[in-house]
Amino acid sequence: MKVNFEHLQAAHCENGVTTNLLRTIGIDKMTEPLAFGIGSGLFFIYIPFLKINNGPAIAFRTRPGLIFKRTCESLNIPVIRKKFSSREAANNFLEQCLRNGQPVGCQVGVYYLTYFPKEYRFHFNAHNLIVYGKEDDNFLISDPVMETVTTLSSYELERVRFAKGALAPRGQLYYPKEHRPVTDEQVRHAIRTGIKRNVRDMLRIPGNIAGVKGIKYTAGKIRKWRDKLGLPKAGAYLAQLVRMQEEIGTGGGGFRFIYGAFLQQAHGYIPDDRLLDISKQFTASGDLWRTAAVQASGIYKGRLSSQQDFNTMSDYLIEISELEKNAFTELSKLKLTT
Amino acid sequence: MKKDEIPQDPGALAKLTKEVCYAVDKDGNYVTELSSGWDVKATALGVAWKDIEARVEGARQKVLSKESSPLLFFMELRLMDMNILAAYTGFWKWQIKRHMRPSVFEKLSESKLQKYASTFEVTLDELKTMKVNEG
Repeated sequence: MKVNFEHLQAAHCENGVTTNLLRTIGIDKMTEPLAFGIGSGLFFIYIPFLKINNGPAIAFRTRPGLIFKRTCESLNIPVIRKKFSSREAANNFLEQCLRNGQPVGCQVGVYYLTYFPKEYRFHFNAHNLIVYGKEDDNFLISDPVMETVTTLSSYELERVRFAKGALAPRGQLYYPKEHRPVTDEQVRHAIRTGIKRNVRDMLRIPGNIAGVKGIKYTAGKIRKWRDKLGLPKAGAYLAQLVRMQEEIGTGGGGFRFIYGAFLQQAHGYIPDDRLLDISKQFTASGDLWRTAAVQASGIYKGRLSSQQDFNTMSDYLIEISELEKNAFTELSKLKLTT
Repeated sequence: MKKDEIPQDPGALAKLTKEVCYAVDKDGNYVTELSSGWDVKATALGVAWKDIEARVEGARQKVLSKESSPLLFFMELRLMDMNILAAYTGFWKWQIKRHMRPSVFEKLSESKLQKYASTFEVTLDELKTMKVNEG
């Protein structure tokens, strides 16, 4: 069995699953930047004391699952989301959906994802893909970060759906419950909501480890890494920062370019030219993130090693923090009522 | 980032797919473009793997010098930590810590050893000897 489904490649897995699932229910105007922006995907957080793969816990986007949830909610599309304690029930439910012609989003772990190259297979459990059919013992898989579709045997799929550890998926699947038309007015409303919520998350979140303040906080940490951790470990920490910022899924520049694209597309719905100007500011921020990544790579490649080099890295982040603070402040002042 | 500045360096992911990047064209409009990889992040991934290799080697030495049981070696080899290993095997973390003592490990029952072996995808013999294809 195979359901009607068109695979479109995306930069990020959850954006891609959201976009492709919404397109299958007829919302052709959905794009990756729109899904990301309406879901208020842009974020920054540095969680002290928490270690991921023995390095710092840094994220450039919002918590997994939120983009799909918020985007559907904003467009008034009801969602089915289920977790399972039994593997059999999880599989039966999935196969039932496919028999009903429903492609399904699944949260999976990456470590046992056989088609990924070994270098990318860490115990990371918040990857997303779409199952759109089954032929013999093989499920038909649309992994949005890939150019083409692929397959997983029923054993392989069950294994990644029940990966263990932090953010264990527990067989989690989700899809839009019903087909509803979405008007341009609804999209406009969703864009406004998405922007407002993102302004809140980046400017007004309490504490100093998240949002634009979090970027500044990280700058302060980096300045001390060389003395505190020693050069090899400080380099490894910077490498982890760069991976979170640039690895598969961010579209480059820690999602800042996708957000820039979102504001341009938003302008198609809300013709306020300030959106275009602010989009340029996010492009500038993404560019600066990448400049910082090049500086960081100088350190972990062993070409740069002085405290001055860490200071330069730190200064880039302070500049980014200011830049994004201005951009979001300008966004917060838009009266997007047109 | 400008469209014609998108890096096309070789990377591990290129074996599987090119990835989507967002960049602006010469008129300032955002477009998507495929990239095979970027040297800056390929090196960052390399740093992570060098770190893992060092941890695996460190664990191997600890097992050889009888400071730890082979469980430590396989935990590192499979990129796990205590939480992940506990979740896959069903043991408590304090039990695993005990099992990492060579004297305790030697007396573990076959069925307990089998749980570890299955989790690490090795045979009982490989589990005890650390002789395993690490590729």
